[in-house]
Amino acid sequence: MAKPEDKITWKDVEPGAVVTEPGSACQYKTGDWRSRRPTYEFEKCIKCALCQIFCPEGAIKVNKEGYYEADLYYCKGCGICAKECPTKVITMVEEKE
Amino acid sequence: MERKSTLTARLTDEKERFAPGHRACIGCGEALAVRMVCKILGDNVIIVNATGCMEIVSSQYPYTSWTVPWIHTLFENTAAVASGIEAALKVMTRRNRGDFNDVKVVAMAGDGGTADIGLQALSGALERGHNFIYICFDNEAYMNTGVQRSSATPFGATTTTSPAGKKSIGQFSWKKNLPAIAAAHDIPYVATACPSYHRDLALKVQKAMNVKGPSYLHILSVCPTGWRCPTESTIEIGRLAVQTGMFPLYEVENGKHKINVNPEKLKPVTEYLKVQGRFRHLSEADINKIQQRVNEDWAKLKDLAKLETVPPGAEDYGVG
Amino acid sequence: MATRLGMEVSLAVSEAVRLARADVIAAYPITPQTHIVEHLAELVANGEMDAEFLPVESEHSAMSACVGASATGARTFTATAGPGLELMHEVVYIASSMRLPVVMAVTNRALSAPLSVWGDHSDVMAVRDTGWIQIFAENGQEAVDQVLCGFRIGEDRRVLLPVMVHIDGFHLSHMVEPIEFPSQSEVDDFIPPIDLPYRLDPKKPVTMGDFAPPVVYTEVKWAQEIGLEKSKDVILEVWKEFGARFGRHYRPIETYRCDGCKVLLMTMGSFSETAMTTIDRLQANGEDIGLFRIRLWRPFPYEELRQTVREADILIVLDRAISFGGPGGPVASEIKAALYPLEKRPKVVGFIGGLGGRDISTTDFEAIVRRGIEIARKGSSREFEIYGVRE
Repeated sequence: MAKPEDKITWKDVEPGAVVTEPGSACQYKTGDWRSRRPTYEFEKCIKCALCQIFCPEGAIKVNKEGYYEADLYYCKGCGICAKECPTKVITMVEEKE
Repeated sequence: MERKSTLTARLTDEKERFAPGHRACIGCGEALAVRMVCKILGDNVIIVNATGCMEIVSSQYPYTSWTVPWIHTLFENTAAVASGIEAALKVMTRRNRGDFNDVKVVAMAGDGGTADIGLQALSGALERGHNFIYICFDNEAYMNTGVQRSSATPFGATTTTSPAGKKSIGQFSWKKNLPAIAAAHDIPYVATACPSYHRDLALKVQKAMNVKGPSYLHILSVCPTGWRCPTESTIEIGRLAVQTGMFPLYEVENGKHKINVNPEKLKPVTEYLKVQGRFRHLSEADINKIQQRVNEDWAKLKDLAKLETVPPGAEDYGVG
Repeated sequence: MATRLGMEVSLAVSEAVRLARADVIAAYPITPQTHIVEHLAELVANGEMDAEFLPVESEHSAMSACVGASATGARTFTATAGPGLELMHEVVYIASSMRLPVVMAVTNRALSAPLSVWGDHSDVMAVRDTGWIQIFAENGQEAVDQVLCGFRIGEDRRVLLPVMVHIDGFHLSHMVEPIEFPSQSEVDDFIPPIDLPYRLDPKKPVTMGDFAPPVVYTEVKWAQEIGLEKSKDVILEVWKEFGARFGRHYRPIETYRCDGCKVLLMTMGSFSETAMTTIDRLQANGEDIGLFRIRLWRPFPYEELRQTVREADILIVLDRAISFGGPGGPVASEIKAALYPLEKRPKVVGFIGGLGGRDISTTDFEAIVRRGIEIARKGSSREFEIYGVRE
């Protein structure tokens, strides 16, 4: 796990400032950005996976029941999934404080 | 050649190679395009990235969103750096310092780093015939630095360096035809793509991977921030771009043009233009001018593709 | 077994690159470097060298391709001159800050405008701050030796920095000189196979070229600076080994008949040989003057410089580049800065000369020395003078 930026000393820097831990940016909680969130009526879901394909974050995963659900740690609330879902499973609602 | 259904399965693969946690804008069409492309590319690639939106949102020191080898240096030299990597892999394999025969070099740049400042390097790399894929993610302006115009900005769009005003229509020139420029280098494969037509995009990335030599993909990247449209409309607007003929989906394979999505009748361009704030200032006369040009370009493209294309009305890669 | 051949220095440099078994050469032709890249192209075309030769479309792309190749783990070489070095300027910084051991021969050429294909050091001085190791060659043998050492030094895991070897345009690059070439097995023994700690390889993915926000940029740059400073130890180590193997010994500062001299002349590059002849002549006349030359330009040899000038009262510096509106001679200003902290230091008098290919003869050097001594004693109304400008 990389040190937070403000704790990095010059000795911590790899030559050329190479980053050796692939995908380490996954720690960043982009879910804090959103002002609306997806809500689901899974009984309508036909598991076409279009929402997962069209999510710019790659935040939609298959849940325990096999339905496609956004990981709210990353979901930015763009609403693409709600708009593209062919059976209108998803409704975007205002994010509560 | 993988069948379409297998490619779709790859698109729904759980492993994200462009990992979530990146800092792209809400609803970013370019991040979506990169995400899709990376799923088809797989792990046996080396990505060379230009300075731009995707580079900035994915690579803040000391973190990275990338799970494959990735290098960024400058803005205009993506194709040149890719050339050097390809040459290194070639000679290292030949001199028995590893087998890199199946490693594909993929250059990724925006319209900023391709159409203007990066055109020289692109032309040089295509001419020398390096074995690599060059992908231009086209969001039609220098978005990362604040929506300044590029030569890929469409006619009439307002940007911060071609603002619409009392004495200006906005962008005063027509979108530079980069796929045609790439095709003029006589490379094996050129294609346009759009994330809204995801199976078409996946197939084209797959084809490019199988080319021995240079290939060029031009992917429309809807930008809600710069195009001033709702964040949820990214897919819908990409679809309209294709259906109105503003961004036709076609391939040039060994010099032969083929249209992949062939609407029986193009939707009027107003349907595309009116949902984007960057075109809000256009008058009816301006829109007619655009419509006329789109009709002309579409006719030219159909002429080039007349020997090989899907029948009118066929949209076998699209959704809806 | 070494072979001794008479060869044009440019071609000899290419032969050195062949002996070093470079993997990738990406270069754009520009006078007076053209013979280097032409000969390399020929060696590859004839199968005498197994490398990829990329005839790129500009110098900017040449250095960019070298950066890509080096990042992939290949041994890379390029060459340029004058405006070509300027065109690749931003990429030159990339190579050093990304710690990629590219080796580049620069056939030093004047910068336009006006266009001048002839030699001076203005291209060198424009890249002072770029973070490369920089070494000056005075003759063909040194050019060959330093290119070989360059690969060895740059690729050392304690260094990981690109190396520029400066070779005066035309005055050195186009001379035919006797050069002793080590054998292929001797070079293979001296330069181990390249093995960089970080490479672009799907088996071990890394990310190169992150952007750095203000909170961390300083730390990355300081790490780079310390890296360049520490490289001096490795340079000295490699030169020592080179001397033991091949009998030619190199030092950061080369002195010529300096001991005890109260007046010293300083030159860099091929004009040093004319300066040496001048010193012989002057000393034969009983004059108290010696010569030293800076070979290791970056990292700057502070210790050796201070040691060399400790007995002198006057130091006359010849610059072959001009820093307009400022200190005049870049090298003179760096020497003044390096000597500033000393209690006892010589008076430094700087001259600009040899611009745009203008030769400096022994007579000219004598005149420079006279004028330099005069200025040291009586002062001058100017910060610096150009030698030989027609008024």
